Amino acid sequence: MVASILPLQVDALTLRRGGRSILGPISWVLAGAGITVVLGPNGSGKTSFLRAMHGLERINQGDLRWAAPMDIVRAKQSFVFQTPILMRRSVVECIAYPLLLDGVPRAQAHMQASDAAIGVGLGAVLNQPAQVLSGGEKQKLALARALIRAPEVLFLDEPCANLDGRSTRDIETILADARDAGTRIVMSTHNLGQARRLADDVLFLYNGQLVEAGPSLILETPTSPELAAHVNGDLLP
Amino acid sequence: MNELWQGLAHAARLIWDFDPGLWEIAGLSLQVSLGATFVASLIGLPLGAWLAVNRFRARRVVIAILNALMGLPPVVVGLFVYVLLSRSGPFGVLGLLFTPTAMVIAQVIIITPIVASIAHQALRDLWADYHDLLISLNASRGQRIKALLWDGRRALMAASLAGFGRAIGEVGAIMIVGGNIDHVTRVLTTAIALETGKGQFGLALALGFVLIALAIAVNLCVHFLSRTERSGRW
Amino acid sequence: MILKSLTFVAGIALFAGGASAEDLKLAVTTSFANSGLAEVLLPQIEKDTGITVQLLVVGTGQALALGAAGDVDAVLVHSRAAEDAWLAEGNGTHRREIMYNDFVIVGPANDPAGVGKAALATEAFKAIATAEAPFVSRGDDSGTHKMELALWKQVGIEPVGEWYRAVGQGMGAALNTAAGMNAYILADRASWLNFGNKADLAIDFQGDTALFNQYALLPVNPAKYPHVKAELVQTLENWLVSDTAKGLIEGYKIADQQLFVFNAKSN
Repeated sequence: MVASILPLQVDALTLRRGGRSILGPISWVLAGAGITVVLGPNGSGKTSFLRAMHGLERINQGDLRWAAPMDIVRAKQSFVFQTPILMRRSVVECIAYPLLLDGVPRAQAHMQASDAAIGVGLGAVLNQPAQVLSGGEKQKLALARALIRAPEVLFLDEPCANLDGRSTRDIETILADARDAGTRIVMSTHNLGQARRLADDVLFLYNGQLVEAGPSLILETPTSPELAAHVNGDLLP
Repeated sequence: MNELWQGLAHAARLIWDFDPGLWEIAGLSLQVSLGATFVASLIGLPLGAWLAVNRFRARRVVIAILNALMGLPPVVVGLFVYVLLSRSGPFGVLGLLFTPTAMVIAQVIIITPIVASIAHQALRDLWADYHDLLISLNASRGQRIKALLWDGRRALMAASLAGFGRAIGEVGAIMIVGGNIDHVTRVLTTAIALETGKGQFGLALALGFVLIALAIAVNLCVHFLSRTERSGRW
Repeated sequence: MILKSLTFVAGIALFAGGASAEDLKLAVTTSFANSGLAEVLLPQIEKDTGITVQLLVVGTGQALALGAAGDVDAVLVHSRAAEDAWLAEGNGTHRREIMYNDFVIVGPANDPAGVGKAALATEAFKAIATAEAPFVSRGDDSGTHKMELALWKQVGIEPVGEWYRAVGQGMGAALNTAAGMNAYILADRASWLNFGNKADLAIDFQGDTALFNQYALLPVNPAKYPHVKAELVQTLENWLVSDTAKGLIEGYKIADQQLFVFNAKSN
């Protein structure tokens, strides 16, 4: 149970859709600790990259090699979507659902879920249907649900893209706490400020290729012209 | 128009007087149609869910056939079941012909495609919604179907009720396999056919109104018991 | 809770197929059922013999088919030729004549084809064909239909044309159609008297002995179908030719008219 699923070797990963290549080949290693921020303009392949690593996309060429058998790998990672996918249930039931899938008894699962909900600030709406929450509340719910199984790796696809400042701050706090507790986080974002606040290391994607990768200070001193332009706020062709 | 009002009044009188003949055939109507709906739901709802969730090569063909089966002419189904259950047929030894059981069997064949098709359509949309999440959460195939069936329960209920509506108003199949035997296999629809054939339009209309009232009552009951359409919640 | 009640209902529905030992399935024609005589005979039969007769009311063709398939225990129909053919195929043991009623030609009250002036049924039919007056035929291979076809054949006319409408329905439904079209139709007297929607129709021709309609009981052959309740059928047959039956059959009147004449020969 203590065996880690990391490192993940991404080896010449290529995705092709409708005849054209939309991602790759990309080679990278996901290991260590902390938060990796994936940057890039719209259409650069950030979402596809994250989904591919998580196992939601069919890979056309290349390899994804985890350090553990796939059944353990699947159980120890989570994903937060840009637009939260919520089941038609109450807040507590939504957060408890992954635990129920694992066979945790209902009462215990609900108790854990309630604690998690309170932990992200949803204590006041425990039994409301998830559909009536605000955007920020929904994303916090998705995050609490993603963390409830204590995953080793957490992927997030632009989690704060549609949120206001306060919700963004709340979510960044939760992510920082999770990182401190040992969760390895890989998230994409459009927000350079957020990248500066959270990133331990950075990946920059452009046109489906991994153009530059390195510790977070490459944001201050980018090597590639594309990243420099992106950090500058320029539109890339 | 006058005949309609007379029929309505006649229906009210029959109900008010607790006419025992009426309750006998109304009771059997409910017994047969509710029984058929129950069995058809047991088969059709999971089938609809399974089709919504699985991808296989013949999927489009199967769904097209399922939708086509919704238009099965009941009298053809009745003939088919009659041939199977007849004494000179393969299942004759069971002695099921001209019993309510035969009627339930025929109606199950007729309404299962409807229940499965509507369930499939409703759950398709829900599955499109839940797809990435359930795969991400590593839910097994059975767990995915369970989640769809539970969260989609209102739509599934509508599918079952659609099946019930078809069953309670059906007459062609149960006339053949039931035989419309007095006190044994006579239900509201076959009684209506009988009285119409005798030219007794007033009584036939009255029975028709009772049938409609019964169908409405069942639907109301189900909606009340499952607390749908309460404000604020879907 | 819904689940429990539905399970209960399903249970009843699925297992309510049980029949009692004294049940007997008898296929009869719509003409016989519509006469209302069954409502008088069946209770008395149950009282005297303990047999519950379950009636399946279908056309003659279907009744004989059910008997041939072994799905009923006996058949009561009124079509000599079809009965003889059925017996020749080995489907039954014998035929026992019970009673007869007569057919009448029903049509518009003002009798546009002048059917009332005919002396014989065949002449009446000829008049209808000549006038091309609307005529509704049972068209369903029933005893009534066969009687009608026999008359056309006798007169040498092939009934074809817009005026001749074969509906393929039971007696009551066919009368409905005739009422709706204000057409002529051959019907058994009992069904006509019992019919509730006479509209503008009336009896235009009656009385020719050619229109007499013999009912017979045909037990299904137990050698072919061992499960058939041959002994109960025998008891029923004995009752149907008894004096009690005679009294009830001849005492049955609609609008003060006797419908059936008992002509069974006793054992």
